[in-house]
Amino acid sequence: MELTRRKALMLGAGVTALAFMPFTPASAAVEDAIAEFTGGADAGEGDITLITPEIAENGNTVPVSVDAPGAVSIAIFAAGNPNPDVVTFNFGPLAASHSASTRMRLAGTQDVIAIAKMPDGSFIRAANQVKVTIGGCGG
Amino acid sequence: MISRRHFLQAGMAASALLGPSSLGQFSALAATQALSQNQLLDFDAFGNVTLVHITDIHAQAMPVFFREPSINIGVGAVDGLPPHITGEDFLKSFGIEAGSPAAYALTSVDFTALAKTYGRMGGLDRVATVVNSIRADRDSNMLLLDGGDTWQGSYVSNQTNGQDMVDIMNVLKPDAMTAHWEFTYGEDRVAEIVESLPFPLLGSNIFDKEWDEPAYEHTKFFERGGVKIAVIGQAFPYLPIANPGWMFPSLSFGIRETVLQQNVDAARADGAELVVLLSHNGFDVDRKLASRVTGIDVILTAHTHDALPEPVQIGQTLLLASGSNGKFVSRLDLDVREGQVKGFKYRLIPIFSDVLEADETMAAKIVETRAPFEGELSRVVGKTQSLLYRRGNFNGTFDDLICDALLEEREADIALSPGFRWGPSLLPGQDITVEDIHNGTAMSYPAAYRSEMDGKLIKDILEDVADNLFNPDPYYQQGGDMVRVGGMGYTIDIDKPIGSRISGMTVLKTGEAVDPSSTYIVSGWASVNEGTEGPAIWDVVENYLAREETVDIQENRSVILRRG
Repeated sequence: MELTRRKALMLGAGVTALAFMPFTPASAAVEDAIAEFTGGADAGEGDITLITPEIAENGNTVPVSVDAPGAVSIAIFAAGNPNPDVVTFNFGPLAASHSASTRMRLAGTQDVIAIAKMPDGSFIRAANQVKVTIGGCGG
Repeated sequence: MISRRHFLQAGMAASALLGPSSLGQFSALAATQALSQNQLLDFDAFGNVTLVHITDIHAQAMPVFFREPSINIGVGAVDGLPPHITGEDFLKSFGIEAGSPAAYALTSVDFTALAKTYGRMGGLDRVATVVNSIRADRDSNMLLLDGGDTWQGSYVSNQTNGQDMVDIMNVLKPDAMTAHWEFTYGEDRVAEIVESLPFPLLGSNIFDKEWDEPAYEHTKFFERGGVKIAVIGQAFPYLPIANPGWMFPSLSFGIRETVLQQNVDAARADGAELVVLLSHNGFDVDRKLASRVTGIDVILTAHTHDALPEPVQIGQTLLLASGSNGKFVSRLDLDVREGQVKGFKYRLIPIFSDVLEADETMAAKIVETRAPFEGELSRVVGKTQSLLYRRGNFNGTFDDLICDALLEEREADIALSPGFRWGPSLLPGQDITVEDIHNGTAMSYPAAYRSEMDGKLIKDILEDVADNLFNPDPYYQQGGDMVRVGGMGYTIDIDKPIGSRISGMTVLKTGEAVDPSSTYIVSGWASVNEGTEGPAIWDVVENYLAREETVDIQENRSVILRRG
């Protein structure tokens, strides 16, 4: 799509570059990335809290925080990104809290997944959808 | 105009004690009520706390005609639930007699005829009469809370950067407020005003973007009627998305449910016996929030401009919907004992401007704020032969006027106009003044752009906006009503997912289908992007009206709705 300056003004550079993707489905890449982290083990439900905005204020820098008491490590995946593995946090045995936050870039509306590895070698997960929108027209 | 005795059998008094409010309780009470100033003010005080709520005034200091929506679709879990009931269904649900003042105030049914009978509603001098009357009776028990969208929406507020409304509200003396459009005056202007206010602007969800730390006070404690009350504010969550984020670059918003739960828990731990959320989330977001965040007794809803004659109860939380544009004031009396709400009594008080006397102090303040602009405000630009209104999910006739002006004045194929919920109505035969044009357009990013877009981009924009309104999960709804379209028709399947709701896009002047790869000239206004170029929308509309002189705009039939 060839963009005129006017179009860029209308849509905002960050979103225009994405050329609008209604929902970016989970790619095979995310399954691979998760399998690499879990060694293929299933991740169940558990005491893991993933906080993301429901709608991103800016898809280029979306805040994410995660908390999984007792976790050995926590990995965050952006299921619709070309490179889905966002970050892995490792916690030492003396860590007082098992929470972390960062910011990530999202290529359109998609699920964000957090998986925590527990001391017994099991895995637990949480997922939220984050919407990336053109915006405007609010009122 | 009619005499006061014609308002017989018209009052809106609803009360529900000890237990869930149900539809229909309203009717029996309404039928026995009469309407006079005394009866509008009549309320046997109940319990030990009185909450008075007014919201979404949109700088309408003077009485207005404001037609409620004839279409307000609820999706997912809220399909068919209040406030997603309109017209005859609304009358039936609440047992309101057709043609009654309540029918006029709360619905679009027979609007033009009833508007001529019952006159304008609102006027902050009339609101002051109501508030002062409650205060005289309940001063040590009462809180007055302003839900925001107060400073924006008129010629005078635009000229004074909201100062007129700040001065007016200071006469009304709220105890706290929250915000949405306030921030479109820029974060520095808001900070400057808040510094001057004798009450706090609360926002549990207003954060500093860089450090992700609270940027505004979140909770204010009050002692009323021997009860410790915590009022927590919640600003409009999607300000940087729905409005220009570059106007408040250091702030971040969002629903921030976890933060809110922490603030509610902290308030309870601090001894709050009553927790009130002064919210600008919008009704559906608050309904969902009430089912997930525990410990809130009352949510004073805003943003979606709904007016409901009874509270909606979700679990242990009462939700009030107090309307917009100064049409209503909500009064909720609560019996709070041992840290619990034991009972309540509610009345949505309609501000019939021909029934209520104006408060003299407030009337003088309003005259003072308008005086420097009086000549321009009353300057007649044109005339309408048809009802002009905006509110509703799709094009209203006022928006069609704006779209016609954009198509003509900007020589465009297609016009886009934002689905704002503010903007009063004009009756057939009324002159259109500069003030009237600004009541539908006054804001701080009015540039009417003209740009080339291909058909695919136009569809993407419609899909995006439709999902912001019709996503079945209210937490993913960020905006106003559907973008208004001129010069193009389309079909919308409300219940489909994003990307497949919009079809049948047709250029009206040629009757041809919109081609995804062809380029069209599109004109619109209220772009959220910095540096948008073009004349102010009110000048575009004024120029159009000056040439047309008289407009006659029939209901827009070019959007086809599908459900299921």
